[in-house]
Amino acid sequence: MSNILNRHKAIERNVTLLAVLSLVAVAIGGIVEIAPLFWIDSTVTKVEGVRPYTPLELVGRNIYMREGCYNCHSQMVRPFRDETERYGHYSLAAESMYDHPFQWGSERTGPDLARVGGRYSDGWHVQHMTNPRAVVPESIMPPYAFLAERDLKTDAIAGHLVALRRVGVPYSDIDIAKASADLALQGDAEADSSDFVARYPKAQVRDFDGDPKRLTELDAIIAYLQSIGTAVDFTAAAAKEQPR
Amino acid sequence: MHAIFYKSAGWFLAVLLMLTAAGVAADSGFAVHMLILATAAAIMLVVTLRRSDQPPVVADLSHYDDEVIRWGVIATVFWGVVGLLAGVAIASQLAWPLLNLHSEFTSFGRLRPLHTSAVIFAFGGNALIATSFYIVQRTCRARLAFPTLARFVFWGYQLFIVLAATGYIMGVTEAREYAEPEWYVDIWLTIVWVSYLAVYVGTILRRSEPHIYVANWFYLAFIITVAMLHLVNNLSMPVSLVGSKSYSAFAGVQDALVQWWYGHNAVGFFLTAGFLGMMYYFVPKQAERPVYSYRLSILHFWSLIFLYIWAGPHHLHYTALPDWAQTLGMVFSIMLWMPSWGGMINGLMTLNGAWDKIRTDPIIRMMVLALAFYGMSTFEGPMMSIKSVNSLSHYTNWTIGHVHSGALGWNGMITFSALYFMTPRLWNRTRLYSLRLVNWHFWLATLGIVLYTASMWVAGITQGLMWREYGKDGYLVYAFVEVVAAMHPYYIMRVAGGLMYLSGSLVMVWNIGMTIAGKLRAEAPMSSPAHDPARDRPLTPVAAA
Repeated sequence: MSNILNRHKAIERNVTLLAVLSLVAVAIGGIVEIAPLFWIDSTVTKVEGVRPYTPLELVGRNIYMREGCYNCHSQMVRPFRDETERYGHYSLAAESMYDHPFQWGSERTGPDLARVGGRYSDGWHVQHMTNPRAVVPESIMPPYAFLAERDLKTDAIAGHLVALRRVGVPYSDIDIAKASADLALQGDAEADSSDFVARYPKAQVRDFDGDPKRLTELDAIIAYLQSIGTAVDFTAAAAKEQPR
Repeated sequence: MHAIFYKSAGWFLAVLLMLTAAGVAADSGFAVHMLILATAAAIMLVVTLRRSDQPPVVADLSHYDDEVIRWGVIATVFWGVVGLLAGVAIASQLAWPLLNLHSEFTSFGRLRPLHTSAVIFAFGGNALIATSFYIVQRTCRARLAFPTLARFVFWGYQLFIVLAATGYIMGVTEAREYAEPEWYVDIWLTIVWVSYLAVYVGTILRRSEPHIYVANWFYLAFIITVAMLHLVNNLSMPVSLVGSKSYSAFAGVQDALVQWWYGHNAVGFFLTAGFLGMMYYFVPKQAERPVYSYRLSILHFWSLIFLYIWAGPHHLHYTALPDWAQTLGMVFSIMLWMPSWGGMINGLMTLNGAWDKIRTDPIIRMMVLALAFYGMSTFEGPMMSIKSVNSLSHYTNWTIGHVHSGALGWNGMITFSALYFMTPRLWNRTRLYSLRLVNWHFWLATLGIVLYTASMWVAGITQGLMWREYGKDGYLVYAFVEVVAAMHPYYIMRVAGGLMYLSGSLVMVWNIGMTIAGKLRAEAPMSSPAHDPARDRPLTPVAAA
């Protein structure tokens, strides 16, 4: 023991040695835990149906982050009976593979939202966003009525898709070229959406906020909410066996 | 003369550059931030010009370089009050949602990061910078290396805080907890942090003592590790070089683990290692006793920094993170209990032979309470990281209670005692304005913490149990919103606890302010005198009637 202590004196007298050894000590844990996630294939098992966000969903997701919704809402159903009965099928890694950043959350001051898509009507969401206590009297959520007043700017969206492509989201050249048009189109129930839906399977095209004349931030956030957790068809997955 | 010219021209160009950036900004948040930067550069321009006709200040080499530490003490007190006020505000919003005030700028979602960053990075960060500069000079018997750079670290850090805080209110955020500032604010912090490392290591290199004192090991590990965490976790792709928005370089599972590797070690190194540096200097100083065990401090240091970094995955139990990573995180979290308690024991046992000071010295009392809360929360943390416990506690207010027993009890109390220790010495006063007010602060804060954490523990366990409760019919008993409603009384109790803690800190503002002003409160001493000459006499017999 005294031998070790004597050797430690060398470290105590040399700040470079102390700094380098500290850095080594703190680097090991991260390298062992985090690095393998990038090359072990089973970390994110491929699942059919998961696709990048449509421009309108992406704008809605950015509003979700801007307003700090993640402070109160998780998006991660754990594999427990009470959670799968309350919310729906437990969350899969693949379902957030295009989420830059992830929004799993850490607190459920409000309910989990990982399976909220399709659970309520657009009209419910409009009322709930305008005044949460109009539809849920006990709710403590802040009101977001101002979202309905804000028109979306469609011109800058292509830049967002380009940035996401640079970090690995597989948007095609056509997706990027048509990004502004796609953004406007998804909120328009009258538009011809066949090409759009072919590129973004299961994308929902309609007027979300009840005001067909305008494309607002309320359209975007509802489009995002209605899409969360709907990509994977869990009823179809039940019958499939994975061939080895 | 030439130097002044080039400096002024440089600041003037910086103003122009920032104004141009504000003009072509892609979004209003970025524009406001560029205007703030332009204002900062303009202030520097004015300061540079006004100094040009004054003789250069000659440093007094016979004293430590304490100016920047005095600023740090004031900044710590100021941001502490701001952060606690924000905390009370958002706690009230959860109890009474009307207090969101129907404005996007005052909604809970935007103010909550303001609270967390204000207390962790503004209050805690300023406390760490100020105490580290105080301690490194005194334990090395050397003045700060690079005095100008040290001043840049202080003001640069304040600018980081202002940019981050205004960003949250405007909704400029990366939406990852405790790492919310956007890409350009992150780059600014990196510059400030590297300068901090340079000043710190530079001062150690100039030391007159052969050994580097143990407090400095902890501060050094804290500075290096936070640099590593900050750089990796904030890798992101900006949408535009003149816009605030960026997208994380990582996605989904990988992003989650990188973020909680960062998030947990923001606790481990920002709120633990750095504050242990404070403990290793101020506790022995105030108790006038040497650190209990030198061997234990070596063991404590290396095992703490090695083990802490592994514990991140316990924030992601039962999520889509691979099981092996969760289990690894749990195992290391439990092992972490040992070095944590090693540190607590080393701190508490330092009081051996000076335990009576708990009665007479409220600053020692604060330190002991800080260590006690450190011990409690570092036991509770490993317990909550056990997967079966976590299945109940995760997503509930129990986590909030746990965090606050650590933050209010450990970080808050050790910082307050360090501030009370440093203030009379930094302003050259004989003593604090009032020790009795320290006592008031101690009790207000302690009762506040008890009310806060107890209500959140009960709230959290209630929440966890209600979510998973099944009736005899085999259905879930409670709708989610019934659980929300059940939280209402606990949320109100929490506001009361927070208010007490805040009022304690206001007592500190008054006490430290009066100390700086040079006042001394006339008051009875904290210890009852052992000898009272007036009463040291025989009773004269009363003559019989």
